[in-house]
Parts: sequence; C-alpha cells; structure tokens
Amino acid sequence: MRRAVSVSFLLLSCLIAAGFAQQTITVGFTVSRTGALNVDSVEQYRGFELWRDTVNAAGGIKAGGKSFKIQFASYDDESNSKRVQQLYTRMILEDKADFLFSPYSSSLTATAAVVTEQNEKIMLTTGAAEEKTYKLGNQHLYQMFAPATQYLTVALDALKAKDPKASVAFVYEDASFSVAVVTPAKAYAQQLGFNVVFSEAYAPNTTDFSAIIDKVIASKATVLLGGGHYADGSTLARQLYGHKVPLKMVTLLVAPDSPQWAELGDAAVGVIVPSQWEPQSTFKAQYGPSGTEFAKAYTAKYNAPPSYESAGGYASGMVLQHAIEQAGGIDTAKVAEALNATDITTFYGRTKFSTQASEHGLQIGHAIFLAQWQKDKSGKPVKQVVWPLAGKSADLVYPMH
Amino acid sequence: MIDGLLIGSVYGLAAMGLSLIWGVMDVINLTHGAMIALGMFGMYLLFNATAVNAYFLVLPLIAAGFALGILVYWLSVNWVIDRPILMSLLSTFAVNMMVIGIGTAIWSTSPYNVNFSMPGITFGDYTFTGNHMAAASSAVVIALLLELFLRRTRTGKAIRAVADNRDAAELMGISSTRVLMIAFAIGIALAVASGALVSTLFPFTILSGAGYQLKSFVVTVLAGLGKPFGALVAGVLLGLLEGAVSPFIAVSWIPLIEFGLFVLVLIVFPRGIFGKATA
Repeated sequence: MRRAVSVSFLLLSCLIAAGFAQQTITVGFTVSRTGALNVDSVEQYRGFELWRDTVNAAGGIKAGGKSFKIQFASYDDESNSKRVQQLYTRMILEDKADFLFSPYSSSLTATAAVVTEQNEKIMLTTGAAEEKTYKLGNQHLYQMFAPATQYLTVALDALKAKDPKASVAFVYEDASFSVAVVTPAKAYAQQLGFNVVFSEAYAPNTTDFSAIIDKVIASKATVLLGGGHYADGSTLARQLYGHKVPLKMVTLLVAPDSPQWAELGDAAVGVIVPSQWEPQSTFKAQYGPSGTEFAKAYTAKYNAPPSYESAGGYASGMVLQHAIEQAGGIDTAKVAEALNATDITTFYGRTKFSTQASEHGLQIGHAIFLAQWQKDKSGKPVKQVVWPLAGKSADLVYPMH
Repeated sequence: MIDGLLIGSVYGLAAMGLSLIWGVMDVINLTHGAMIALGMFGMYLLFNATAVNAYFLVLPLIAAGFALGILVYWLSVNWVIDRPILMSLLSTFAVNMMVIGIGTAIWSTSPYNVNFSMPGITFGDYTFTGNHMAAASSAVVIALLLELFLRRTRTGKAIRAVADNRDAAELMGISSTRVLMIAFAIGIALAVASGALVSTLFPFTILSGAGYQLKSFVVTVLAGLGKPFGALVAGVLLGLLEGAVSPFIAVSWIPLIEFGLFVLVLIVFPRGIFGKATA
C-alpha cells in the first residue's frame, strides 16, 4: 500500500513538473553578434527580443487554455555557417528548442534549414529572402521576407517611370542572396529595354572598390544597382561618393536600410534601398500592434528607429504566436498546419505562405517597396518611402545629386 | 593605374617592416598582420579622441608602435633568436593569436571606419581621393626616412652590419641584441604606420591585418629579403599590376595573377628582384 502511494506520488510529481515545463516555449536562433553580418543581424535580434518582452509582459501566449511564456536559446554564430550548423543542432538537441527562428542572411539560413528540417522542427525565417531554400522540398520552413527576385525588379520599375533610357551597371556581392537578386534583375532590365553596360560581382570581404569603380565610370553607366550587406554596401557607397562617380541613381541591397547608414553623411544621401517595411508604412493591422506602436516601443527600448530587419524579427514572433494560438498549443504538426493556413495582415504587411509542394513555405503575401535617403529640412539624412507611388511619403529624387 | 600606384605605396610600407625583420634577424614575424590591425584601431581611437588631421596622428602611432615592438621583442623574440626558425614562427604566431583574441574581445570582428576625408583631384570623369594621395605620400616619406636612417646614422649602419654578418658585427663591438631589438621595433612601427594609413582608406576589422600580411609576404619575396626600400618599390609594382590588369578581368581574379607572379619570381629570381645572386 505504502509502495503504491509512493509510486502514485512520484507519478503525480512528474506530471505536475511536466505541466509546468510546458508553460514555457523555448525559441532557438543564432545572432551574428560579431563578423560581417553584425549590424543587420543585431537589428533582427532586437525585433525578436521586443516581441518576447511584449508577450511575456502581457502574461504569455494564450493557447488551449494555457499560458506560454517565451524564453530564448540564443548564441553568436560569428557570421559563420559552420557555427550555424553546430549551434542549431545544439539548440534542438540540448536546449530542446520548441521552435526556431533563422539566423540573419540567406546563406546562414540555408545551412540552418538543413538541420531544422532533418529534425522536423519549424523554423520561421527572416532576413533570408533567397527563394532556393524554399524550393528544396522543406516542409517546416516559413519565409517572412518577400522573395529576393522582387528586390531590384521594383527598382527597375521605378527607373522605367523616371528614365527609360538609363544605362545600368550591376555591382554586387558574390554571395547567394545578392546573386539570387541580381540574376533575375538583369534579365528584367533587358526585358524593360535598359542597356546593361556593366556587371561584376565582388568578393564578400571586399574593402577596396577602386578597380570596380573605374570600370563603372568607363562603362558610362548612369545607374548602379547591386550591393550585398552592410559592410560592403556602406563601403561601396562611401567610395562611389569619394570618387564622385556621375550616377543618377544608386540602389543597394540591405545596407541602406539600417539607421546606421545616416553615419555616412553626404555619401548616404540619394541612395535607394528595396525595403520589406518602413516606419511610414500604413498597413492596417488585423493582429498585433500598429506600425506606429511598434516603432514607438522599439525606439523607446533601443534609442534608435527600427529597420526592416527589426520589423521582420518582431513579425516572425507575431506570426508564430498567431499560429500557436490557432493550433491551441505547441504541437509541431498542428502549428505547421496553422502556419500553412496563415493569411494575416500585421503592421509589417500581409503574410501568407505557399503550400505548393514545389515551394512550400515561400512568402507569397508580402511585397517590396523602395525607400530613399533624402535630406530633411534641417539637412539631416532621413529615409523616405518613394515607391510604389500609392504608398509614398516623398517623391523619388532623380537624379540623386 | 594611378589608384594602383597610390595603394601600392601603402602595400610597400607594410612590407618594409616584414622585410627588415626577416632580413636582419632571420625571423618571420607572424605578428605583422596583428600589428597592422592595431595600427588601424590606434588611428581610429586617436582620431576619435582628438579629431585632428588623421595623417598627423601617424607620428605618435609610429612612436607607440616602436615601444610595442620592444615589448614584443622581449616577450617573444629574444629567447628564440638563435633557435630553429620554427621556434620564432610559433612564438610570433602565439603573440599574434593573443593580440587577435584580445582585439576581438574588445572590438568584436565588426567593421570600423575612420571618418576623415580630404578633398581629391578630378581629371575628367575620374577623381583621385585626397586620402589616397595623402596615404601614398606619407608612405613614401616614411620609407625615405627609413632608408636615410639605415644609410646615414650609426644605428642604421649597425643594423645593416648585423644583417650582413652578425658575428663580424659583434667582433667590431656592436651589441647585436640591442641592434636586433631596435630593428624589430622599427619593423613593428612600420606595420603600425601602414595599418594607420590603410584605416583612412578602407573599413577594417581586427582581422583585416591578415590580408595585408599576405600581400607583405608577396612583396617581400618579390623584393628580396632584407631590402626594405626594395619592398617599397615592389609594393608599388604590385599596386601598378593590380591597376593595370583590373580593367580587363574581374577583380576577383587579381589574387590569382598576384600569386602567379609570386611563384614565377620564386622560380626565375629565387633571391628576389632586388636580391643579390649567391656566389
């Protein structure tokens, strides 16, 4: 009898302990706290962090009659794909992460996706726009960013409206994301009738662009499209300005979206960035905070305005939260089902994932727009939405200087 | 071509430090890249603290580099001077790893910039930035001063004497330990100076010195060991080569050309372009 009571007590204790453990959701991801992707990655992390703090302050995610607090398992990947492979394995096997967010960048995410898919874990990807990863038959990947092909085609649409006879040069980082953006953009430029006069990829760690700049000048290009990430993009813009290259339009990927871009001073002005989100965006949120509320909370916490990487980070959390609520718990199959059915508009815009087997998880609801750095009345560089015209906060300045 | 000429002078200055130490002491200094990176961060910190013309700050950084060189000499070089070359390689590599480790802890591996620019000169569509011209001029002036020092001063002559024949120099009453220490410190000061100049041109991280160290090896071998001024000339030649070939090929192919040339020189001129043939 005494033995039966002891066993029952032990079983009850285990059940209670298990019940309490389920009250916390562990979300795993890596951050590039060091290395070339540091600037963009930390901004993405801040979005995750603000979402976690907001949800926990409100008592956690309410689903299936329970409340789930969020905790993170997070490590520095040093912008290095080898570290990503080790750390995602560790987060799944040792930290027992229930769900995962992606690292920053398409290339690191492609590495992480191999691990998460092998372990059948859901990963929401942000800062990972290249389509290829979503066309490999993965069933647990969900992309928050609009796909890479849209980045420069939008810029070419805007250019067509302003200067259909422009001569275009493509100068871009030799990395999976930039190549995935530029390859379709080149074809689209030719389709629109532009003269593509120069195209060259540069190594990701390039710091001296003199030789490429000389070639751009020699090509008589009037427009330059390309870039890659923050380190190379900011250096390219600085050197284009230093060499006084006579360009009418410069559109660079990713880098000019960071608030840090303003530190380039006059070299920052006029540069355009294809953007996933801007604080001026006016999407009517069906779920979560408005854009103004998000920007206000973010600025109060980090003393800097949010970039689209930050917004993507926060939105990833919201979409996961929405799916858990719809699924009534954290069962992977049920949450995946809820994500497949997701079609919501948040402050970040519309989110809908493809459920076709050939491109499962690819983002098909979100769209890109263009932001340009312009001087405000006090002469300070600020970012303005300039395209599409329906959502603009200022006119596109063309030529840029 | 002109861009290549300007940047080549800075490559040359970076290689002069390596060449001097290698030629005089027979030590391959693997702290070279880390010292270049320290020069970059030294410039960054000094410029942000003082906001004076960045090129004036090269002088205090040379002095700091000299002092650092003495410290590194006693820490890692002096006790392996007459030991097999592998010992000095390991010893300087250890210091390199310590500097990189401490630097990463302080500054991470994120890029930094020295936000200083001087007006450039424009010819037609092409503009040569003031920073490139000032960095190249500074590199040439420092190299000429070093050459004058080695040829005209008593200490400089002692360094050359020790480089030629250490035993004979000691028989003439020259303290080889003191001379080796000074030569090493000058080599480090040159690495720091070149790092400081590069930081005014391009963004950098604590790991950036590695690329310049590699170029320094190429330049040193092209010039011939122990030929500091030859290293400057070889650096300029390497820069000119980069400038000359870049209009015709993708920039990512340039390292292949450079290292191809490196192998070719090793085959045709095993003692370097400016090195003397053995008897």
